[in-house]
Amino acid sequence: MGTKYVQKSAKYKTSVKDPGTPGVLEMTERKFVFRPSDPTSASKLDVEFRFIKGHKNTKEGSNKPPWLNLTRDQGGSYIFEFKNFSDLHVCREFVGSALAKSGEAPQAPSEKLVATFPHEQLSKSEMELRMRCLQEDSELQKLHKQFVIGGVLTESEFWAARKKLLERDYSTKSKQLVGFKSSMVLDTKPMSDGRTNKVTFNLTPEIKYQIFALKPAVHQAFLNHVPNKMSEKDFWTKYFRAEYLHSTKNSIAAAAEAAEDEELALFLKDDEILAAETRKKIRRVDPTLDLEADLGDDYIHLPDHGIFRDGGKEITESHNEQCRRTLSQDLNRQGAVVLEGRTIDVDLEDPRTVAEALVRSRHAVEGSEKQIGLDRIARMTAIEDLQAPHSYPFAPLCIKDPRDYFDAQQANAIKTLDDTRAGMQQTKCSLSTTEAYCSLRESISEIKSSGLNHPIIKPEVALMVYNGLTQNISSTKYQLGKNPQESILESLPNPTKEELLHHWISIQELLRHFWSSYPITTSYLYTKVSRLKDAMSKIYRQLEEIKETVQADFRHQVSLLVRPMHQALDAAFQHHDADLQKRSAKSGERPNGYT
Amino acid sequence: MKFQLEDVTVYFPYDHIYPEQYAYMLELKRALDAKGHCLLEMPTGTGKTIALLSLITSYVLSKPQNPVKLIYCTRTVHEMEKTLAELRLLHDYQVQQVGPRAQILAVGLSSRKNLCVNPAVLASENRDSVDAGCRKLTASWVRAMAAENPNVPTCEFFEQYEKAGSSAVLPPGVYTLQDLRAFGTKKGWCPYFLARHMVQFANVVVYSYQYLLDPKVASIISKEMQRESVVVFDEAHNIDNVCIEALSVSVRRQTIEGARRNLNKMRQEIERFKETDAGRLRAEYNRLVDGLAQRGNLPISDTWLSNPALPDDILKEAVPGNIRRAEHFIHVLRRLVQYLEGRLDTENVEKEGIVTFVSSIGSQAGIDQKTLKFCYDRLYSLMLTLEITDTDEFLHVQTICDFATLVGTYARGFSIIIEPVDERMPHIPDPVLQLSCHDASLAIKPVFERFQSVVITSGTLSPIDLYPRLLNFNPVVSRSFTMSLTRDCICPMVLTRGSDQLPVSTKFDMRSDLGVVRNYGRLLLEMVSAVPDGIVCFFVSYSYMDGIVNSWNETGILKEIMQHKLVFIETQDVVETTLALDNYRKACDCGRGAVFFSVARGKVAEGIDFDRHYGRLVIMFGVPFQYTLSKILLARLEYLRETFQIKEGDFLTFDALRQAAQCVGRVIRSKADYGMMIFADKRYSRHDKRSKLPGWILSHLRDAHLNLSTDMALHIAREFLRKMAQPYDKAGSSGRKTLLSQEDLEKMSEANMNEMLY
Repeated sequence: MGTKYVQKSAKYKTSVKDPGTPGVLEMTERKFVFRPSDPTSASKLDVEFRFIKGHKNTKEGSNKPPWLNLTRDQGGSYIFEFKNFSDLHVCREFVGSALAKSGEAPQAPSEKLVATFPHEQLSKSEMELRMRCLQEDSELQKLHKQFVIGGVLTESEFWAARKKLLERDYSTKSKQLVGFKSSMVLDTKPMSDGRTNKVTFNLTPEIKYQIFALKPAVHQAFLNHVPNKMSEKDFWTKYFRAEYLHSTKNSIAAAAEAAEDEELALFLKDDEILAAETRKKIRRVDPTLDLEADLGDDYIHLPDHGIFRDGGKEITESHNEQCRRTLSQDLNRQGAVVLEGRTIDVDLEDPRTVAEALVRSRHAVEGSEKQIGLDRIARMTAIEDLQAPHSYPFAPLCIKDPRDYFDAQQANAIKTLDDTRAGMQQTKCSLSTTEAYCSLRESISEIKSSGLNHPIIKPEVALMVYNGLTQNISSTKYQLGKNPQESILESLPNPTKEELLHHWISIQELLRHFWSSYPITTSYLYTKVSRLKDAMSKIYRQLEEIKETVQADFRHQVSLLVRPMHQALDAAFQHHDADLQKRSAKSGERPNGYT
Repeated sequence: MKFQLEDVTVYFPYDHIYPEQYAYMLELKRALDAKGHCLLEMPTGTGKTIALLSLITSYVLSKPQNPVKLIYCTRTVHEMEKTLAELRLLHDYQVQQVGPRAQILAVGLSSRKNLCVNPAVLASENRDSVDAGCRKLTASWVRAMAAENPNVPTCEFFEQYEKAGSSAVLPPGVYTLQDLRAFGTKKGWCPYFLARHMVQFANVVVYSYQYLLDPKVASIISKEMQRESVVVFDEAHNIDNVCIEALSVSVRRQTIEGARRNLNKMRQEIERFKETDAGRLRAEYNRLVDGLAQRGNLPISDTWLSNPALPDDILKEAVPGNIRRAEHFIHVLRRLVQYLEGRLDTENVEKEGIVTFVSSIGSQAGIDQKTLKFCYDRLYSLMLTLEITDTDEFLHVQTICDFATLVGTYARGFSIIIEPVDERMPHIPDPVLQLSCHDASLAIKPVFERFQSVVITSGTLSPIDLYPRLLNFNPVVSRSFTMSLTRDCICPMVLTRGSDQLPVSTKFDMRSDLGVVRNYGRLLLEMVSAVPDGIVCFFVSYSYMDGIVNSWNETGILKEIMQHKLVFIETQDVVETTLALDNYRKACDCGRGAVFFSVARGKVAEGIDFDRHYGRLVIMFGVPFQYTLSKILLARLEYLRETFQIKEGDFLTFDALRQAAQCVGRVIRSKADYGMMIFADKRYSRHDKRSKLPGWILSHLRDAHLNLSTDMALHIAREFLRKMAQPYDKAGSSGRKTLLSQEDLEKMSEANMNEMLY
């Protein structure tokens, strides 16, 4: 999950009013350390994350400076002020993940901590994530409603069992790189306020990055001129002056200005770096679309040969050297850069670092490109449906509903220990160790001599193994699925079926929480267990009721289905009772124990 | 698969064959048997090329007593590469089936620009400078000089090739341009000259149209092809335009100025030679007196673009006396240039026939017709004598001589048109004097006469009876095939109204209407959000495309489109366009999806395939009529009416619709592929326009799809895409088979095959 270490310059403030001590904030997974730049300062910090209860931060766009507030569990908080919001975001995310980890860590928490556990602080994004999980999974939603809202489980207990679910979503989301924006940056429209002649361009770090990526010449100019020759602000002013001239399509004015100002002329000229890149790329282009080769072979259209003016050729106004760039070129360039994707992964705040990162990534790209093979052209030209279909051996995909496992279990119950599975062939493997060793040596020497041959494992072998595995897993499903009569669940009336399945899932959920609560070490767990036990016994009774209310001809099947559920519940009750006895025996001398 | 087609055993590299491919081969075979020309229209995406290649190679295998050579002409280099790739597949299969007897030599031939491997030469930007760069290193006098002075640079690849002499041959196989370059680099031989040398021994030669049609190139490259060759013009729907372009020349101010510079340079050279090497000029004079304009057998590297007139029309007699002396010739050319400059200086459009033009040259510049006719040969001889290697510098004077030779040679089928300005930009003076050819049959006539079988084939040759008239030949077989589809995998639609139910069109009075522009934009926007992968849009011209894209950009439609798909645009710069296409394909490959904006009659429409996911939808915005105010077009229409009784309107519609059909026809690669075509203009719903579309499109154009608005089209598109996503039986169900296996074919040959076919 992301980086293991973050270091940012920040100001530490003991309270909101405090002007703050400038210094460096370092964070690792376990703790954070603040070193003031003035070594004599007393406000040195070294705190482990497990003492941190939660974090808050100021919103970007609000008029508050970028603050991160870490709340201590003993009350009080640490406030850090960062230079900018992106620093803040980096740290906030890091703190978030570190807090999640320290919460997970298997440490024996003090009783007091656990007692307050239910009132955890939730970030907004986390809430959203949970909401989404619930929305996506109706079954989960049902469970949530039944237990959390019904008061059997607390919110955090419910989600604690599903940390994986949350984590996976969270981590993939935060890791994904945002691609290059497909909307054109180059049409950042100037805004004029109508009254004065002032024209305003909006410039964000993202736009700066886009300009660098789209226009290597501007990028190069930035590296050359800023900050030695001109300030960054001047640079961008000049750039947009050029853009503005270009957008007015007044080539004479542009030429006049360019003649006076050589830096400005740079922005108006054709991009030479781009042109060089183009020349390089055109050599590698797929020959089946190489229009340039056509041009090279076309002697009919020697200069002044062929039909010159039939309206087919276009007329271009004789532009001067500047301002030749057209919208079409911009669009093509935009498309090309979007396809390359975002090549850098740095903080966009400082254009200098962006520019430098871009240089590095350009070099990396150059090395990795390769020429298109001839096989590609062959594949392009082949007519696919005239060929025999590529018949790779495959087994039909078998996507399972979790209910099928339940079904299968029930079927096993019906078959009462009749273990001889008729449909399964078992491949007998009786190899002695020496034989296995020899075979291994043989294949190694074969690989040594001839290299790995293309399918490393013979397809037939792979297929056999694969079939064996799927067969084994779903053999009962196979046998049952073929004959719907055999599946007892299917034969039941729909409402009963739904009800049973729902109970089954509920029981699973409750049992999971129940067993995970043992050994009971705290009073919190104790109350939880008794809550769970009550809920379970309620379901137990409900199951009994189902068994009784169901029609006579289904009663046998239902009781077969209910039996394993009852058994599981019984086991839980038994354990609970035994544990209770043991406890009361142990704490006999302590009157009224925890109850 | 292998099957019997009458007395020919056909080796076909796939396991199945489409019935129309079988029928196509049958017709083609009959044409070969009859040793005549044929005209075959078969829809794109039914494997024309492979059917044709298999039949002809198998024909040679079955009848070894008359080895036929195949000359396969493509319009573009990338089509050449594709053809060779298919041929390679076929060749591998045939060698595997028949053994070494089936081995053939197949070469693709292109210009130096595409074949050269010498980095020093290749560094030049364009074709002409590459040609000149090559000559500077390989011309016979340069090499002679290098033999004495080792400091004179030569081309090591050419030297190696020359040294290898007759042992420099290509082993049998199929060579694409890339293969040739690789082979040349490996052996150290010049691939260009090697390929040109091997052309006469190859069984299959693949090159561009102009190597047969343009006399300037054809008489160098193709003069040694034997009569027993089969010439194929693939994608030949535009062949008439290629023919007339090959014989057209224009003169502009720049040409005049350039020619003046060239003439000055030449005069200086002549002076220099007079002082240093007068014998050389005298020798040339004597040779010309003897009547030898050409110097006989020139070294292969000295040949240069040849006479622009057709070989039969070139006089084989002595050069007229008044231009035998170099300085006299220069003087004649000066007068000609002077005269042409005077003609350019006009305020009105002038059009005149060749005869009056030549007589006015005679009276005003004192140059007679016969002198004009010999201009090219005389210039060529002079350039060799003066040992000029930088041919790219002398293109202007060459244009003038080409012009003079054509004017002197032909009396009919051409006209001279002088325009002071381009009418679309009347404020910029740009006078041009154009010699434009109207008769397509002129350029192709020698091809029909020289070769026993000429096959003209394309996906769009409708109406098929027009081509024999335009090209003036009598085909023994002329057939148009329809496409038997397993499922309705093409979905043509005519969209007449936009989302606001107002008509859309690119008619002149409507095209700048903002409502139409917006409706077109909405149409595209709806489609990019519904159609997966690639979408191609064709516009009627560059200027229209620029205008509409700019206006979409200003109204924000473009931005919305870009949220769904990346946008790439064809520009007039081929390099930029090529890279845009490459990126377009990448975007389609990676699943990002893209739109390509292109121009009907442009380079992309001419030969880039948008098959499979590269094009699920083609939108043709408007009807791609030619620019009807063009004086050249008007003159051509007049000529067509007088000579062939073809009505102007008919020809214009025919021409526009073949372009439209060609644009949309590129979406289908095979019957497993699928694609939609939207003709977005209200004029397509009219019967006289629509009926000019090829039959295979018309047969899928349902009546219900003739008058759609944007919302209806969107609905149909969604339905169509859903339908295409379903699995289907590839072999075709219920009676009619759309995919034949070997057994089917065997059964067919037993039964009456015509019955089963159609």
